[in-house]
Amino acid sequence: MCQVIKISKGLDIRLKGKPENVIFESAKSDYYTVFPDDFPGFSPKISVKQGDRVLAGTPVLYDKNHPDVKIVSPISGEVVSVNRGEKRKLLNIVIASDKDIEYQDFGKTDRQQFTAEAVKRQLCEAGIFPYIRQRPYGYGADPSDSPRDIFISGIYSSPLAPSVDLILKDQDADFQTGLDVLAQLTSGKVYLGLLSGCDIPALKNAENVEKIYFEGPHPVGNVGVQINHVKPVNKAEIVWTVDPADVLFIGRLFNKGIADFTRLVALSGSEIKKTGYCKMLPGGSIDGLVKNNVAEGKILRYISGNVLTGTKIEGEGSLHAFDNQITVIPEGTETNEFLGWADPGFNKFSNSRTFLSGFIDKLLKREYVLDARIKGGKRAMILSNEYNKVFPMDILPEFLLKAIIAFDIDKMENLGIYEVIPEDFALCEFVDTSKIELQSIVRKGLDLLYNEMK
Amino acid sequence: MKFLRNYLDKIKPNFEKGGKLELFRSVFDGFETFLFVPGKTSKSGVHIHDAVDSKRIMTFVIIALIPALLFGMYNVGYQHYLAIGQSPGFPDTFLFGFLAVLPIVAVSYITGLGIEFIVAQWKGHEIQEGFLVSGMLIPMIVPVDTPLWMIAIATAFAVIFAKEVFGGTGYNIWNVALITRAFLFFAYPSKMSGDQVFVRTDSTFGIGSGQVVDAFSGATPLGQIAAATTDPVQITDVLGNPLTLWDLFLGLIPGSIGETSKLAILIGAVFLLITGVAAWKTMLSVFLGGFITALIFNAIGTTPGMLIKPCEHILLGGFAFGAVFMATDPVTSARTETGKYIFGFLVGLFAVVIRVLNPGYPEGMMLAILLMNSFAPLIDFYVVEANIRKRLKRSVVKSNDGGKRDE
Repeated sequence: MCQVIKISKGLDIRLKGKPENVIFESAKSDYYTVFPDDFPGFSPKISVKQGDRVLAGTPVLYDKNHPDVKIVSPISGEVVSVNRGEKRKLLNIVIASDKDIEYQDFGKTDRQQFTAEAVKRQLCEAGIFPYIRQRPYGYGADPSDSPRDIFISGIYSSPLAPSVDLILKDQDADFQTGLDVLAQLTSGKVYLGLLSGCDIPALKNAENVEKIYFEGPHPVGNVGVQINHVKPVNKAEIVWTVDPADVLFIGRLFNKGIADFTRLVALSGSEIKKTGYCKMLPGGSIDGLVKNNVAEGKILRYISGNVLTGTKIEGEGSLHAFDNQITVIPEGTETNEFLGWADPGFNKFSNSRTFLSGFIDKLLKREYVLDARIKGGKRAMILSNEYNKVFPMDILPEFLLKAIIAFDIDKMENLGIYEVIPEDFALCEFVDTSKIELQSIVRKGLDLLYNEMK
Repeated sequence: MKFLRNYLDKIKPNFEKGGKLELFRSVFDGFETFLFVPGKTSKSGVHIHDAVDSKRIMTFVIIALIPALLFGMYNVGYQHYLAIGQSPGFPDTFLFGFLAVLPIVAVSYITGLGIEFIVAQWKGHEIQEGFLVSGMLIPMIVPVDTPLWMIAIATAFAVIFAKEVFGGTGYNIWNVALITRAFLFFAYPSKMSGDQVFVRTDSTFGIGSGQVVDAFSGATPLGQIAAATTDPVQITDVLGNPLTLWDLFLGLIPGSIGETSKLAILIGAVFLLITGVAAWKTMLSVFLGGFITALIFNAIGTTPGMLIKPCEHILLGGFAFGAVFMATDPVTSARTETGKYIFGFLVGLFAVVIRVLNPGYPEGMMLAILLMNSFAPLIDFYVVEANIRKRLKRSVVKSNDGGKRDE
């Protein structure tokens, strides 16, 4: 076995409510919602109107800047509404689902006879291309690019993360096809990041990829961290990244000829009575899953995704495109903590050493219930070396963030802006004593930079 | 606590925009967040947050200062009764010091926090708790006989011109407490050094009156060294009895209020390091810098100042206090990890250099830290530059590689 890259910086936030290894009956929903905002960098143009009938695989949106890139309906049915917000910004498209999904046929194809261009065209047509993301900027990939390499992280390390094993189970063939297709798209390599000692069959037996082994705490599973350790992104280079669950979409397209976005979604969080997994389609309502399955008498926060990078949704909200996880935690607005700054803190979770719980946890690895409170006021950056401790890249996070805030392009470039996307700063934002919204700073900085470099 | 919460909720509307007491919004806000952890939840970004906030960090620094402050109070009483030749026992000694120090603490806090409240109200942001620490540091680094009005003026000067004009807590270039002391030092030199100010010989609130004994001299050990003509210098206490290193460590010697006891400072330092609030890298390197510089002076030394042993340097004056509580101020110190070593080392170095080579300033710690505060951004600049160079180099190497492969 080849060498293991050990990551020492980081933090595993031990939350209560890990998803149990049970798979519930798949949750069917009457309506599905397509959110263009799930795809950063995508300027949506709508290609259907209210009342149109769509199949699973019919394009509903295309990108103004790259008309080839399309987002398709995950199910067959009828477009019931197109919702817009301020300045007519497109918020979402709601589609009423048929009882049985009717798929658009893209034709089972022997991809080996395809050129890279034809593969890309096929992925675009079936609406799967937007699931390939690129660095820099963390936008959807541009089909006219040829990426230096493609990175796939086979590690889910975020809090309450779903199991990669379950997600890929019995789909080894689709996963391998997906990898093979991706390998055709780059002149470089397809890197697959694995946890050292990983024995997930689909990952372990994967071929046509360069496997890299990692170990360490979160964010070891963040693909950005893996890229930084294996082959960092330099200026003017482009790498693509794909989530292993989304590799399955690619495999299904080429094996079955359909755009099947079915994914296994973990139901997790301290407020879920019965945790587990369930098959869902993006845009489906979580209503059926959480109804009668959450703690009562409390204000709750429903999150599509994990607690660090997920999107806040309502109890009857929808699963967002990239998420493999639904998390429910207490909102916490009704709690009143008296003199919190003086609390010895026997059961408060903190990465700082200012609570006794940290010392107790050296012996007992306890799990915590954390609510959505910010627990402090926003301040200027006061403490130094706080972000460093949870940022395992060869980048100085504080100085990069300051360059972004000042929008000093030279400095941003020099300090590694092209290597990061907002999720890389999620842990920094969690531990930040000054309670600054770092992910949003990075997102805005990347957007501005993109417009500047265009 | 439900009752208190309900009461706050009831009166809160008065302080909000358009309320009767709108002018005191920042004050109300300050007290509310002091009493209760804010219940605000995140709208975007991460959904959960670490339990720590800046209030807790500042509180921990204050807790770390308490041993030194309490000892300082006792020592003020102790030196006083030594000077008047009485020994009234522990409670009275402490009481004297307590009454002497308390007004200074009060003046420093009232002035500084008053300005903070006004600025917070004016700018419409929350009260920032940075001054909670500065306000405690100020009384501890001045001689006990500093007039209160001077403390008020110096504190106001420092808070306004060294902090608020730069944007408030987190944006200041120089340590606020040290600017206060520097202001006092240069504006009222007669009240900040010499042998008249470090020991209170008068009574405090009518307590502890008495006649000063004949043998009394109120010079601090560092003052004695600076004025020394004999070689080697014999450091003595206020009655002329020789002092050992152990005495310097325990701290029953004249000096600024909080700086004398290295034992109390050590307790604070251990607390700060265990809780991770202060950077050990800075702290350690200040001591190393001072120690090594003193060794070099010892090797080439001719004057009494140059011959002070490294251990003595560290135990004398405000060296330890500065190293533990002031050099480690995260805002004004270097912010990169490598930078902290360099910053700390140079603080220690300059403190000793100033002490030894400039007889005008018996104590060099204040000036050394302020000097290095000014240079901290430069140190960081070069450390950051190293990271930048590495990235540029990587980029160049890669493109060369690519070129070769293509051939």
